[in-house]
Amino acid sequence: MSREILLGDEAVGLGAIHSGLSGVYAYPGTPSTEIFEFVERATKHMGGVHAFWSTNEKVAYEEALGMSWAGKRALVCMKHVGLNVAADAFMNSAVTGTNGGLVLAVADDPGMHSSQNEQDSRYFAQFALIPCLEPRNQQECYDMMFEAFDMSEELSLPVMVRLVTRIAHSRAGVETRAARDPNPLNPSRDIKKWTLLPSNARVQYKHLTEKQPELLRRSEASRFNELVLAGKRGVITCGIADNYYRENLAGGDDSVLAIRQYPVPVESIRRLVEHVEELLVLEDGYPLVETMIRGLFGLAGVRVAGRMTGELPRTGELDPDIVREALGLAPRPTAHAAADDLANRPPALCKGCPHTDSFRALNEALSSFDNPQVFSDIGCYTLAALPPLEAIHSCVAMGASIGMAAGAAHAGYTPAVAAIGDSTFSHGGITPLLSAVQQGVNLNVLVLDNDTVGMTGTQRSMSTGETLDQIILGAGVAREHLRVITPTPRNHDANVAVIREELAYDGPSVIIARRSCLEAIKKA
Amino acid sequence: MDKNIILAGVGGQGILSIAFVIDNAALASGFEFKQAEVHGMAQRGGAVQSHLRYADHEIHSDLIPKGAADLVLSVEPLEVMRYWHYLRPDGWIVSSVTPYVNIPDYPEPERVLAQLATFPSCILVDGAQIAKAAGNLRAQNMVAVGAASLRLDFPEELLLTYVAALFERKGPAIVEVNQQAFRLGRIAGRFFRGLVEAGVPVPTAVELGRRLAPETLDPALAADWARVVADPELAAPILQSEEIRACDQVPVGA
Ligand code: SF4
Repeated sequence: MSREILLGDEAVGLGAIHSGLSGVYAYPGTPSTEIFEFVERATKHMGGVHAFWSTNEKVAYEEALGMSWAGKRALVCMKHVGLNVAADAFMNSAVTGTNGGLVLAVADDPGMHSSQNEQDSRYFAQFALIPCLEPRNQQECYDMMFEAFDMSEELSLPVMVRLVTRIAHSRAGVETRAARDPNPLNPSRDIKKWTLLPSNARVQYKHLTEKQPELLRRSEASRFNELVLAGKRGVITCGIADNYYRENLAGGDDSVLAIRQYPVPVESIRRLVEHVEELLVLEDGYPLVETMIRGLFGLAGVRVAGRMTGELPRTGELDPDIVREALGLAPRPTAHAAADDLANRPPALCKGCPHTDSFRALNEALSSFDNPQVFSDIGCYTLAALPPLEAIHSCVAMGASIGMAAGAAHAGYTPAVAAIGDSTFSHGGITPLLSAVQQGVNLNVLVLDNDTVGMTGTQRSMSTGETLDQIILGAGVAREHLRVITPTPRNHDANVAVIREELAYDGPSVIIARRSCLEAIKKA
Repeated sequence: MDKNIILAGVGGQGILSIAFVIDNAALASGFEFKQAEVHGMAQRGGAVQSHLRYADHEIHSDLIPKGAADLVLSVEPLEVMRYWHYLRPDGWIVSSVTPYVNIPDYPEPERVLAQLATFPSCILVDGAQIAKAAGNLRAQNMVAVGAASLRLDFPEELLLTYVAALFERKGPAIVEVNQQAFRLGRIAGRFFRGLVEAGVPVPTAVELGRRLAPETLDPALAADWARVVADPELAAPILQSEEIRACDQVPVGA
């Protein structure tokens, strides 16, 4: 037994390895990226674990499901919005069930430190009717992987482990244990289970619903759901919120139910509710448990407080101070009031970043239009929305720039311009481009090919260089309207001219701005 | 025993390297610790912070509550102000006074310093000058952790071990530069405190620390320097001169 310093993400990765992992699947996304990276690093020399970035979360999920089908243990990791992309495979994998253990580690981002929303993945677990574990510290991140894989195999269900940014990106010492051997190859021959024709799917779905009492029984008995009955104020803490509660009131007189395994332990909640006069629900995410307990009409005799009643803010990340206030405690005295007029230091593109040159050229090429709008996507280049460039005007979902530009063009908007990175293009841009080309839509796509996934720390991109060109031509873009420019200050005028030519063309065109990310060059 | 530290700086200044040194020292000393950090979008040249806590008992929250920080440890002076409301009333500031100006509306550096100087419990050192003297401007983070080591609960040698571990891959020369930056930062910190405790106003102590060649900042002479700068006639030429050598100037025993 040894003690290692690990991020929550890394503890998940190591827990999976020690649980007999055979494959890890992921697309980079903050705050989940380090799970895959850790497993890749830790297993590189010993081999035996397949670790290669996937094109997107849906592909990652399906690859993991295939590994499970073959009888081996698979871990698939993504950020919360990545699960939207994987949702088709995810939802149906609960219906098929699994063979080898399949664990989905999904990292939510309450407070939106690096995300477009703060959706709560516990709803997805509930929606798919699968168990969900929610670690409150790094040790549990590690330990819960053993439970999750075992549970997955015992129930023949995928199991979700839900993290939040604060645990994913926080380090602590973690006690590790002996590693379990990976499973042997043992493909499933259960054709009806895996072939969700309606007649099979109905049977499978019934199986899934029949498993629910067992899921609930496990939650009630789980060591991760702890009920302590004491005073007349009840507090329910979910996952990491328990830490914020204990930071303020360790050893207090409240009756406390800490929940870290779902479905929610109904019997424990009932005992708590019958014991107390008021109930405060603390959860870092959406008010899932809170709204469940309150129901549509409230709970007779017990006031249920939380995010929906103003004790806690409706949105945003929890922290010890927010929880302190909700508990009715006075703020701690501090050495100094918060500085309120401090100059901000927002993130910015690196000095010399190729995107800066690309967007300068695009801005100038578009300057002859009246207030032109550029649809864009998710990556470092999203920072071009901010001054001084202010070059892009949308960022919605991976690959959405192209689809939205096409829709705007359908409506008669010109010039319909989409700006998207090479990796985002492979993730979600290929299908909307194919669609636009088949429809002959008048749109211009600027692919910012920097040869890497920059924002999340320069992971390998799937469609860069030659591969990218081939994909675009394969989608049907005419060779003369696939232009490649090198975004540098020196090429500025020439690049503006190329963009202008393509803006003038009435049909689908793609301009690739190709120059490597500086960070990637530094690391290489 | 518990210690709550907010690490602060700008993306690229090596905040996580400071965390690495302290995390490892805490683990080796048998403490519990938690250290929350910032990745992704928040990292790109923006303000970066990390909450680092260690204790001889269980630590609950990864985040330090407001009013519970013992120390704001910053590689950049403006960044101190972003987090000083986390400090408990008797909390400490340890910071480099070298500004990192990558925004158009960076306030007057003197104004920032004047604000930090209102804290009686502070250690302010010139990160850039000391790092340069140690051999590499990039070692400013190690200067800061060296200065802060006076407020930590680990022997200097233990911390230096993890400075070495951190840079081991880059070869012995880089290890030595960073260890030297740490040592000079620690000496500069003690010198600064010596001045302040001998009654030198904080801005004057910062100024003197800046004017003196880093390798001559001798904590043993702090009290003597305090007497020198207390005399306006002696102080004026010193505080206006470019870099001076402490050993040439200080009237030992004066
Ligand atoms: S990481 Fe790369 S792509 Fe991102 S801003 Fe820096 S140079 Fe540009």
